[in-house]
Amino acid sequence: MTEDAPLSPELLPAGPDGIELRFARRPEPAAMAAVQVLAAEIAAAPPEGLRELVPGLVSVLLRLDPAAVAAVGPGLLARARAIAATRPALPAPTRRWTIPAAFGGAEGPDLAAVAARLGQSEAAAAAEICAAELRVLTIGFAPGQPYIGLLPEAWNLPRLPELTPSAPAGALVVAVRQLVLFGATSATGWRQVAQVAFRPFRPERAEPMPLRAGDAIRFAAAPADQIAALAGDPQGLGGARLEVLA
Amino acid sequence: MSTLTLHRVDGIVTVQDMGRPGHLAQGLSRGGAADRLALIEAAALLGARAPLAGLEMAGAGGVFSGDAPMRVALTGAPMAATLDGVPLRWNATHRIEPGARLRIAGAEAGVYGYLVPAGGLATPDWLGSRAAHLAIGIGAPLTAGAVLAVTPDPAPETEARVIAVANRFQGGTARLMDGPQTGLFDAETLDAFCTTAFRRGTRGNRQGVQLSAGARFVSAEAAGLASDLIGPGDVQSTGDGVPYVLLAECQTVGGYPRLGTVVAEDLPLIAQAAPGTVLRFRRVGAEEAARACRDETVLLREAAARCSSLVRDPALIPDLLSYQLIGGVTRGDDLEQDDAR
Repeated sequence: MTEDAPLSPELLPAGPDGIELRFARRPEPAAMAAVQVLAAEIAAAPPEGLRELVPGLVSVLLRLDPAAVAAVGPGLLARARAIAATRPALPAPTRRWTIPAAFGGAEGPDLAAVAARLGQSEAAAAAEICAAELRVLTIGFAPGQPYIGLLPEAWNLPRLPELTPSAPAGALVVAVRQLVLFGATSATGWRQVAQVAFRPFRPERAEPMPLRAGDAIRFAAAPADQIAALAGDPQGLGGARLEVLA
Repeated sequence: MSTLTLHRVDGIVTVQDMGRPGHLAQGLSRGGAADRLALIEAAALLGARAPLAGLEMAGAGGVFSGDAPMRVALTGAPMAATLDGVPLRWNATHRIEPGARLRIAGAEAGVYGYLVPAGGLATPDWLGSRAAHLAIGIGAPLTAGAVLAVTPDPAPETEARVIAVANRFQGGTARLMDGPQTGLFDAETLDAFCTTAFRRGTRGNRQGVQLSAGARFVSAEAAGLASDLIGPGDVQSTGDGVPYVLLAECQTVGGYPRLGTVVAEDLPLIAQAAPGTVLRFRRVGAEEAARACRDETVLLREAAARCSSLVRDPALIPDLLSYQLIGGVTRGDDLEQDDAR
């Protein structure tokens, strides 16, 4: 991942009722920013026949009335090219979540190894995550599950060669400058650095999947016993705070 | 409210409807019936305006009864069914009297059979759907003793109906359209994929099924590829080049490249392929793919046109019964086999 790789947006088929605009094949940071900008533009002025708008990591998927697909594609490709040419920063967030997290120890069994790779203390590595300007880049794999990024370039850590068979719900795991917050127990090839009491998916909650792509995320270091206590929250919000910024 | 009681459960039996579309941005795949056409056919048989929630029976059914007179439609993978011991025709509606025992055995071909009461199951819903989504813990396979709420049959006196059904239960050729990542595979790999006779592999569930063959289908771009949005019908080539076709409960983001997408109308053929069944793929252009992705209201109208009365001459029934009981050789799906021709 380099900051200055050229973006080459492509208009791609995604079924008779869909199109995909892809900014890059690889997880380029510039492509992730461009996705957020294009998705925000489409949401602000939806094309005729739009049924579903889904921002991915480096692509935007649109589900459309099949009759509208042919008409919408060229205009969107032109917008994507214009965005790619200006290489914009992320659009200003409209919402920000602050999520308490317990770093290291049993709550972050891989934090020591991560800090060693970064040449930092565990406390400094945790502080860097808490200081980072993070966004929900996309949501997926499992319901509500956010891919969060991007951490500074030094955090471009490879995935582990072996899967960890079981990371718990609420595990905050890191690889390739991104963080994923697990909604349920998961096998993972990423490194667990912290544990949160916030659950991104609770079917019985009024908002089962409250995070949205584009949301700003801030992690706030908290002691393990506080996270354990917050995990008792029947809503599964785990002390997370939502501010509406716009 | 009426009820349907499950006295015995032999397969993986879940409540299914057409699922929860529209939540992909929140990471929720649509879910719903593995064979959507089977629910459309049940709705057509029952004269419903839209598909109803029913029981999806993977592999085998069980023993069921209702507490009020109700019609039920039996569709999808043909299964030997009897009502108080009397063989019932598959792909048809039948009236069930209170307390009568409806027994549904294992699938004779295919995987997923459907039992749909005429009023539809009225079990609790979540995000506008009653469908169990096993992969994410919404609902669960039903067990013996379950009593499910059913909306009363609006017209239990309606005559029995039967629907003519193309055989989608023994494999065949599925149409494949290009997807966002088809261009990541070279022409030779795509050609090889479309000339390979696969067998449905041993790994498979409502999330997807494995395609088994000696050949491997690898993209030179696979390493370092950014994760992309994925959906039902996508043919994903995993790390070792073994393809999987994704089904209703698939994950929504995946890092493996996809060869293409099975067109919506051919996805039941894949879902209904039992392990070992031969499957092939034919690459089609956008126009042909569009023709094979008709709206559900169009499919329901088309299915309604395939329905007709199941004429019964009461005078013949005792003879028919004695023939089947004495002979013991009919499998109960003879008529279904005729339908398939």
